[in-house]
Amino acid sequence: MIKIANVSKHYGDFKVLTDCTTRVSKGEVIVVCGPSGSGKSTLIKCVNGLEPFQSGEIIVDGTSVGDPKTNLSKLRARVGMVFQNFELFPHMSITENLAIAQTKVLKRGKDEAMDKGLKLLDRVGLKAHAHKFPGQLSGGQQQRVAIARALAMDPICMLFDEPTSALDPEMVNEVLDVMTELAQEGMTMMCVTHEMGFAKRVAHRVIFMDQGRIVEDDKKDVFFSNPRSERAQQFLAKILHH
Amino acid sequence: MYEFDWSSIPGALPFLWDGMKISLVITAQAVLVGIVWGTALAMMRLSSVKALSWFAAGYVNLFRAVPLVMVLLWFFLIVPRFVETLLDFPPGTDLRLSSAMMGFALFEAAYYSEIIRAGIQSVPKGQVAAASALGMTYAQGMRLVVLPQAFRNMVPLLLTQAIILFQDTSLVYVSALADFFGAAYKVGDRDGRLVEMLLFAGAVYFVICFSASQLVKRLQKKYHPA
Amino acid sequence: MSYQWNWGVFLQPSASGDDTYLGWMLAGFKMTIALSLTAWVLALLLGALIGVLRTVPNKALAGFATGYVELFRNVPLLVQLFIWYFVLPELLPASIGDAYKQSNPMLQQFLASMVCLALFTSARVAEQVRSGINSLPKGQKNAGLALGFTLPQTYRFVMLPMAFRLVVPPLTSEFLNIFKNSAVCSTIGLMELAAQGRQLVDYTAQPYESFIAVTLSYIAINVVVMTLMHKFERRIAVPGYIGGK
Repeated sequence: MIKIANVSKHYGDFKVLTDCTTRVSKGEVIVVCGPSGSGKSTLIKCVNGLEPFQSGEIIVDGTSVGDPKTNLSKLRARVGMVFQNFELFPHMSITENLAIAQTKVLKRGKDEAMDKGLKLLDRVGLKAHAHKFPGQLSGGQQQRVAIARALAMDPICMLFDEPTSALDPEMVNEVLDVMTELAQEGMTMMCVTHEMGFAKRVAHRVIFMDQGRIVEDDKKDVFFSNPRSERAQQFLAKILHH
Repeated sequence: MYEFDWSSIPGALPFLWDGMKISLVITAQAVLVGIVWGTALAMMRLSSVKALSWFAAGYVNLFRAVPLVMVLLWFFLIVPRFVETLLDFPPGTDLRLSSAMMGFALFEAAYYSEIIRAGIQSVPKGQVAAASALGMTYAQGMRLVVLPQAFRNMVPLLLTQAIILFQDTSLVYVSALADFFGAAYKVGDRDGRLVEMLLFAGAVYFVICFSASQLVKRLQKKYHPA
Repeated sequence: MSYQWNWGVFLQPSASGDDTYLGWMLAGFKMTIALSLTAWVLALLLGALIGVLRTVPNKALAGFATGYVELFRNVPLLVQLFIWYFVLPELLPASIGDAYKQSNPMLQQFLASMVCLALFTSARVAEQVRSGINSLPKGQKNAGLALGFTLPQTYRFVMLPMAFRLVVPPLTSEFLNIFKNSAVCSTIGLMELAAQGRQLVDYTAQPYESFIAVTLSYIAINVVVMTLMHKFERRIAVPGYIGGK
């Protein structure tokens, strides 16, 4: 589904990504973790072309992301993404947020888009808030709406860029629950997150990044029971002690 | 001590009102042209096409470096001659007034474009990313996501600029357009009551601009409660 | 186009005979600079005072400062100028007013222009100073008072030094504005840059050269002021804070 091959990216002399290679199969759930500045958010943004990269290749469902001939908008319409800061559109109501890309990008009818949006809103447990504006919802609620907004596009896979790190601790679980449910339904997911409990529960593989390189790319059980690199061991020791 | 005589004001009111109408028309058209052309300039300035961005930067910096009085004189004295010779207008066509009005609007567009550019940049980058991630094109993201938010943030500033612009219209005095101030000055000069007419004009501007700015403040509080 | 370009016009002797047209332009340039700088110094002093007053707890003082700012912000510059020039001398007690009216007309024009620009600009400076002070974290004032400073001392040692740095960038644009606004003073006959340019159009048949020269002069002033202020901003930047590195 997603193939990342030898991807490198730099700003001037500063290397953000160095020779990253991995793949995500259909139905697989991958968790990407690592210390801040390790390049994990950059990597996931390369997958739908929000960040350009200088060398290597990323193929999503047969389409090359780096190819200048690729219609990126068309590709992104099929790849769902959830952001750290939710990025709901504050000037639109919740229902408008859910419908806007469906009508303007997928050219669905208003009623169809509205139906679909409300159905997904119900699924994330927020049907009662349909007519509110993003600013009137809590962070956790906003992030659930953002997930519903991405799902409304019927994505072939979902990218999560630190979806819970801007949330107050008591709201983290409501978002993780929605993500867990999605994973169990067989959605292909690539998640940048520090939530190791979530990784243990639902991930198939865990990728550990450090200084722009993929240091570990293991089956979940291998990663948690005996990570090969020292950096990953240190990272796990720090993060699991909390 | 000076003895005030306000008696020439009542009779002059219709004439002053005509002047005020001209001030308002110039303001309205400059706001309109300023916002439309200013938006275009702001988007050019932010565009990744170098030529467009340079053109917009040059335009804005040029107009912001030169006094409005100079711009009005250019468009009142120089531009009409140029246009007349260039397009071979029949002699006697008086372009000066429309030219001065045009110059005023083009000048204000430079200021509007800076407000609009700041407004566009005030929309968090994540919003653009989110629009792209949903498959919107650059133009769709701009039109559906960025500009509506940018304009909402900008409304108080755009209105404040309109108040400044209304005050600036008095400078068309140098181009002999009979706006409100020009009318007041003429009446004062004719009746030898310049002192009263200037104070009256000042008071009228103050009442209009002060009330308008209070309205803007209220609006701001309503939409952006501190 | 049948226009005859003639940049040599500036070197021709002027109509008054004792100078070249270039000399006229230079005289205008000097007048613009002298007027703007003197008005700017006054505007800074007055504006800082009024701006501080707007933030003090004393209602009467803050109210006075607010009234001052609103008055000078809501009347067009041109109207203010005419009021200073034509109206004020009439309202002065006869003895002072008459003496003033008999003084050198150039002096009258300059004084009216300077006072007008200074007060107009001071209201804008005051607004920047006020918003600079208000943008300081509330804790700063409390910290100052908690250390035993009086309120004036807190302003003097804690708030103003920081607010001053915050205010420099917006003040740069007010500084640029005062040069541009000085062109308005050509309307009362003050022979500054714009007025000299216009006079040249009347005396020579070379309007393009004259207007281009005046416009370029304003652009040059703009560039010089911006460069200087930029250097100044970097010198006063606070490490670890906006502008600092």
